[in-house]
Amino acid sequence: MSKFQGLDAYTRSAKYELLPFKFDRLEGDNYVITNMTGEYLEVAKPELHVLLAKDLATEHPLFASLRAKHFIRYADEQAPLDLLALKLRTKLSRLTGFTSLHIFVVTLRCDHSCPYCQVSRQMDGETSFDMTPDMADKALDFVFRSPNPAIKIEFQGGEPLLNFEMVRYVVEAAKRRNLDEKRDLEFVIATTLSLLTDEVLAFCHKHDIILSTSLDGPADLHNANRPRVGRDSFERFEAGLAKARNVLGVDRVSALMTTTDKSLPRVREIIDEYVRLGFNGIFLRALSPYGFAIKTRKFMTYDTERWLEFYKEGLAYILELNKAGIPFVEHYASLILKKMLTSNDPGYVDLMNPAGAGIAAIVFNYDGSVYASDESRMLAEMGDQTFRLGDILTDSYEDIILSDVLLDALEQSFTLSAPMCSDCAFEPYCGAEPVFHHAIFKDVLGRKAESSFCKRNMSIFKHLIGLMNSDASTRRLFMQWANAC
Amino acid sequence: MLKLAGKVGRIQLVEVQDRPLLLQVSNNPAIPMVLRATRAFLVSEQELPEGYLHYLIPEGLEWRTQELEGKSSFTLLPNDYNYLGHGDIIRLDGQAIRVLFRANSGHNSLLVTEQCNHYCLMCSQPPKNIDDSWILDELEALIPLIPRETPEVGFSGGEPTLAGARFINLIRMMKSYLPRTVVHVLSNGRMFADESFARQYAEVDHPDIMIGIPLYSDDPDLHDYIVQAPGAFHETVQGILNLKRLNQKVEIRIVLHKQSISRLPQLCEYIARNLLFVDHVTLMGLEMIGFTRANLNALWIDPADYRNVLSEAVGILAAYRMNVSVYNHQLCLVNDDVLPYYRKSISDWKNEYVPECDGCARKSECGGFFASGVRNGYSRGITPFLPRS
Repeated sequence: MSKFQGLDAYTRSAKYELLPFKFDRLEGDNYVITNMTGEYLEVAKPELHVLLAKDLATEHPLFASLRAKHFIRYADEQAPLDLLALKLRTKLSRLTGFTSLHIFVVTLRCDHSCPYCQVSRQMDGETSFDMTPDMADKALDFVFRSPNPAIKIEFQGGEPLLNFEMVRYVVEAAKRRNLDEKRDLEFVIATTLSLLTDEVLAFCHKHDIILSTSLDGPADLHNANRPRVGRDSFERFEAGLAKARNVLGVDRVSALMTTTDKSLPRVREIIDEYVRLGFNGIFLRALSPYGFAIKTRKFMTYDTERWLEFYKEGLAYILELNKAGIPFVEHYASLILKKMLTSNDPGYVDLMNPAGAGIAAIVFNYDGSVYASDESRMLAEMGDQTFRLGDILTDSYEDIILSDVLLDALEQSFTLSAPMCSDCAFEPYCGAEPVFHHAIFKDVLGRKAESSFCKRNMSIFKHLIGLMNSDASTRRLFMQWANAC
Repeated sequence: MLKLAGKVGRIQLVEVQDRPLLLQVSNNPAIPMVLRATRAFLVSEQELPEGYLHYLIPEGLEWRTQELEGKSSFTLLPNDYNYLGHGDIIRLDGQAIRVLFRANSGHNSLLVTEQCNHYCLMCSQPPKNIDDSWILDELEALIPLIPRETPEVGFSGGEPTLAGARFINLIRMMKSYLPRTVVHVLSNGRMFADESFARQYAEVDHPDIMIGIPLYSDDPDLHDYIVQAPGAFHETVQGILNLKRLNQKVEIRIVLHKQSISRLPQLCEYIARNLLFVDHVTLMGLEMIGFTRANLNALWIDPADYRNVLSEAVGILAAYRMNVSVYNHQLCLVNDDVLPYYRKSISDWKNEYVPECDGCARKSECGGFFASGVRNGYSRGITPFLPRS
């Protein structure tokens, strides 16, 4: 007899037990099961029944994967629990860092008059829409109260370059404080680049500032979305981009697109424009319901279904590009894929639970108001002050961070207890988004069955899983995306 | 292939030796007498210096024995040992010689014990369940003799950690005597599932040590079968977790054969998902030696047939930005996408080539074969790269 034993000698015959997981139907009889750390597996309905009845045979092809992904275990096994705990801690580790992103709205003034934007004013010379040094000082006090070792300060507007003096003031003051604080400090200016000067670029270079800009697509679409005196938004963007890349470096300038009804039939052209301009990815964003978007009914001019078509068409085109040897990323997919395929969380505010409002990002408005998120201040400009957490000039850090407004919103929207979220298989990939649901439903939970946030994200989750399942090379590409953000 | 141990020719001992002699080899006739008294002189055609504890005379210089007859201890070395040089360390035990350390090799590996709590289907160094603590005695004597400038030393087995406290002591000695020498330990990691053992190891605080731990499958049963030890998978995983919790460097080593290949991409995803923090993952070709030959039916898969699986596995680990290496493979058996991770890894005293390699233009970049592979069978897919015209 051989001194070696066969595989059957090491196959356990005890009954397995179920570890926590949730399931949902993808298509037909095809189901997906997920656990709280984001691991997933596709299972056919009959097998799901057998699995749940604890009758799945050890030699079934699914069995080893179910064990390896920690959906089942034998009662005496400790390692699966340790690993689940480890992965969950890793996913939630951002919470201990607390607020990282601090948005300074240095002015509401803007040289553009985009129809979907609420948070801008056309008064070029007026200073009543500018942040004052006193407010900036108080906001910086607040910033350095955050325990986070990594602090990002982002300047927004209006057009922040119209109050560049305040940008300069905040950067220099923050860096002075940081000599003692020694945080990992990063600055971003969100700008259209239309008013970019050599002086601004020299300053950005000196302080290692990243520029986050906007590109909506080809010139005609961009200019239609972004009206400006002279109708030259695109031309100024392209010239500014080249100049900024020269001085700061190609990777120090990123672009975001805003989707409007005019964008919907043109996703390939939009992507082509990003490719032409040398960007290595695009964020195919949904139109937000805030700002003029709701007021002018732009938001209602197309529904989520239409946007999903736009998104899927764009994603398919991007996959084609990659197969043709042009590496190009769709950033929203890569954020979700990070949640699906890794044990990390990308920390994207819309897809966080507890919600990122206030605790991942916070906004200091030009008038001293403190908001829980960028969307919160847009809502406020439309007359809804729900997510105004306080006043930077008069309220303390504790007043603001421990305000009922914030804590209630976080607690009530928490997806692990929210109706329909808590038992949703896609909860590990999704987020709480209290501000959006309040904007639409007037309560932070909303009705998930009618929520376009829910519909949009569920469709994307299913779509991404479907794409990975249907094509091994797509799955490999998605793994790279998941680890690139 | 170098011969590391065997019988010597004539031996003359002027003093009675009741235990094996550990000797540093020297070819420097000028060192002071106090040092000569502890070393072995490697005899050449030059004049013989006096006062060495022992003289090593190559067979070709046998006539020089006359000069030492009756005066000094000497050993007549077979030609197999012509590679011996300054700084090497040998053990003489009666007629038996073993080269314990080669100063000019980057691949010195020290066996700690032949005992093991695995019985791997493909073990290249089949374990023996005997008391071999004399090996530890010898290692404890050897470490202080190893040249201070030695870049790297490996510890292997058997399972080195079965030596328990004496294993920890070896690591402590390495830190004390050879603080600038990188240490690499081959262990199955199971002992580190014991938190207090892992802590003792970490507390040595060696400046540059890595533990290489095998993980053959994401399926615990399959891993346990491959290593022939029930419960091994979970202990190994716990061991890795404990070591990383204590900030110790860990390498995962995956030997590729029919069993491990069957779920290799799943294993790589498991590692990326659960053990992303390990410092290195190596994917290694099978050595046709030891137990492998007894289990050839269960183990053999032609690397030519798994090259795409290897590419997929490397692709997964690389996508997760893990530090990946492919060891013990022939260059003509891996796809181009594996090349950035391909290492010419087979130890200098092991690597050889086969007739199919004749005329290959890339032989110098290729790790070649283990001698065992040449002897006992290799891929049908070996194809020489043609010189570029």
